[in-house]
Amino acid sequence: MSRSLLDVEGLTKHYPVTEGVLRNEVGRVRAVDGISFTVDRGETLGLVGESGCGKSTAATTTLRLEEPTDGRIVFDGEDVTAYDDAALKRFRRRAQMVFQDPTSSFDPRMSIGESVAEPLRVHGMRDRERRRRIVGDLLDRVGLDADDMDRYPHEFSGGQKQRVALARALVINPDLIVADEPVSALDVSVQADILDLIDDLQSAFGLAIVVISHDLGVVREVCDRVAVMYLGEIVETAPTERLFEDPRHPYTRALLGSTPIADPRRRGQGTRLTGDVPSPSDPPPGCRFHTRCPEVILDEDYDIDDETWRAVLNLRLRVVGEGLDLGAARRYAATGDEAGPEAVDPAAVKAAIREEFGVPAELADRAAESALSTALDRVLDGDHDGAAERLADAFPTVCRRERPGLVPSDTDLSATEWAAITELRAWVATLADASEEAVLDRLRDRCAEETDREGELDRLAVRAAFRLPEPLSDSDAERTVGAVVDSLLTGRADDAAAELYGTFGSLRESACHLDD
Amino acid sequence: MSDDPLLSIRDLRTVFHTDEGLVRAVDGVSFDVGRGETVCIVGESGSGKTVTGESITRLIRSPPGEIPDGEVVFDGQDLTTLSDDALRDLRGGRIAHVFQNPQGALNPVYTVGWQIVEAIQLHDDADQPTARRRAIDLLDRVGIPEATRRFDDYPHEFSGGMKQRVSLAMSLATNPDLLIADEPTTALDVTIQNQILTLLDELQSEFEMSILLITHDLGVVAEVADRVVVMYAGKVMERGDVFDVFERPSHPYTRALLDCLPGRGDGTGSIGGHLPPPTDPPAGCRFHPRCPHAVDACREGEQPPATPVDGDEDHVVSCVHYEPGGDPSVVRGENGGTVPADDPAADGGRSPDVADDGRPDR
Repeated sequence: MSRSLLDVEGLTKHYPVTEGVLRNEVGRVRAVDGISFTVDRGETLGLVGESGCGKSTAATTTLRLEEPTDGRIVFDGEDVTAYDDAALKRFRRRAQMVFQDPTSSFDPRMSIGESVAEPLRVHGMRDRERRRRIVGDLLDRVGLDADDMDRYPHEFSGGQKQRVALARALVINPDLIVADEPVSALDVSVQADILDLIDDLQSAFGLAIVVISHDLGVVREVCDRVAVMYLGEIVETAPTERLFEDPRHPYTRALLGSTPIADPRRRGQGTRLTGDVPSPSDPPPGCRFHTRCPEVILDEDYDIDDETWRAVLNLRLRVVGEGLDLGAARRYAATGDEAGPEAVDPAAVKAAIREEFGVPAELADRAAESALSTALDRVLDGDHDGAAERLADAFPTVCRRERPGLVPSDTDLSATEWAAITELRAWVATLADASEEAVLDRLRDRCAEETDREGELDRLAVRAAFRLPEPLSDSDAERTVGAVVDSLLTGRADDAAAELYGTFGSLRESACHLDD
Repeated sequence: MSDDPLLSIRDLRTVFHTDEGLVRAVDGVSFDVGRGETVCIVGESGSGKTVTGESITRLIRSPPGEIPDGEVVFDGQDLTTLSDDALRDLRGGRIAHVFQNPQGALNPVYTVGWQIVEAIQLHDDADQPTARRRAIDLLDRVGIPEATRRFDDYPHEFSGGMKQRVSLAMSLATNPDLLIADEPTTALDVTIQNQILTLLDELQSEFEMSILLITHDLGVVAEVADRVVVMYAGKVMERGDVFDVFERPSHPYTRALLDCLPGRGDGTGSIGGHLPPPTDPPAGCRFHPRCPHAVDACREGEQPPATPVDGDEDHVVSCVHYEPGGDPSVVRGENGGTVPADDPAADGGRSPDVADDGRPDR
């Protein structure tokens, strides 16, 4: 079986921000904004990121506990987004979730035996004795005792409750478990136990697991592959060890560098990110990380070091964004000056602004210095737009201009080509066990929907329907896609899936202009 | 400036009278915090580290809490005998607290500026404009961008990391000599945690203060501590210089804690077993039921006294194997982890009590 158990493509969840009685939409919180990932049987995928990056929303929408705004979720060859209620209930039997806080995920008035058996009852197992037998077995498997069945949640410690939660998730024999911060509420000494247990259960039951965590140590411990999220997007995916040893995306590097290492000799060697995560209701244009990124690319060739460039960029972002607080700068410049903030020397105000942002009093590069000081003059004259324009002209950056898409490393594919291929992959995944006729019908529908072409179903039509340019920029990818299209045109969907997952199964990807 | 430590705690005991019986949360703890030094108390939840921090300025509720014994000498003055009024002056004055949850430390209905001004004026009769200027200056120093503009914002308009900066600014309002920070970064993301830890370090040298940092995270300890106090079940298991503790961890508990850090890449060992019930701690060493090196001597009497490791008076450990006549190599796994046959610890060293229980994590 070459197909992934779970293939998520372009998953999006926006929460509308409404106002007034009529609930007019005034904005959108882009919690998850077009993420794609696959999980194989027996594989553990980690989703990591800071709080607010959308990792938990990604989990709940993948299981359709919340309705996704857009995107496709293919689970074992079926499109979960198209499920009706009955099909959804069947799906829930195969995909389970474990939550962070073991205390609030149990009913305090139910014995843990009843809690663990509840999914069995919901899914129609009426035989009480059989339920008890299954629960007893499972409690054994997770390191508790069958006799614990009649005890209540408060009699257990946090770690034990998390074991019970795992037993409850496993009781209906699922194929996929999504664990949202499974050990964050536990002490370190207990964390290791639970992580070991997750590992054991995975090999015993052949589970696919998605672990969501903010803790890179936890992810490194249990995951085969890791996807790093920032502000609703995946910025990098890679096999765990490669991610930790050779992180590609600057955000991954920063995240790894911020984790304190339990070694006092390596103190202070981490990278330090400035600022907070921007609000997902108004994400920065271009690369979402560019407002904090220590490695923003400067298009022009100035002779200034990275730190100064970051400082200038911060100043530029402020001027372009919310604007400088001139009053504060005046007051600051006027401290200790009898004349007061209004009469203060403009040069002193400019110096105060530079100091606030950590920009040197004079840039070493003449062209850069002249642009910066003109811009500051305009700020002082109250011409904010002019200043913003000057700075944007003088310090252009591709990171703000263009949104980088995920690109697999070691290929020449562009981000759009790769997006088209992942879409094709998820589409083909839904054709599991389809007959030749069915495949061709679906193909015809797709072509009719996506192109203006009438009738003829051929190579060109299919490529146009999936927005696959011919030829692709990468020759290996072109060969595979060519073969896939041929297979589809003869109705052999399984061959197409095998080709796609064989070549593009789980590649290392990252979304950064540095890789262009 | 004198050579005595700023804070010196000797045999501190804090108990709570509960329905289940007497809880000895802190049971004979001793350590010093030198001037300008950062000391970290590290331990699992339930180890008594937070209660230790709170006992210093008697923040514990009484009843049910009580401090029956011990000395807390702060700059030559015993705080345990101090009157409530004098203590209130000290709290938020020369000794400031920062807590884990900045949300809880800030009042949601007042602007942050107002709250800092209040903190300044409580301990200082500064007039309104002066206090306001100082508050803005403090916000600026803890790294709040555009402090003047943010002065009139309410706590909910700040992110978690920024709120923690505000509560730091508030505790620094009175230029304290000692800052007691209880898990100040636990509620924050790693990138923000990193910013706050760096900030603490900068503020420490700027304000010339001592910091007592309470945490469960050994990574944080390695990042900021000068000296470390490892606590378990109300007792100090080991204390010493940060390099000594990390590079030559001597107590089996310290070693176990270091081993179970996820992501150290060397196959995590878990400690197994669970904290003893607080109302009925085991005799002898509190850690013996979970200790892989426990011998008969560990199971009786009192917690072993603090014994210098390799004759180093600054690095002490409470473990029988380090007492005169004991053999530290049992714990350290020197000699390839085996124990000489004539050593009385030989059989005990390989039959951990945990095995009797058989079930992990209880």
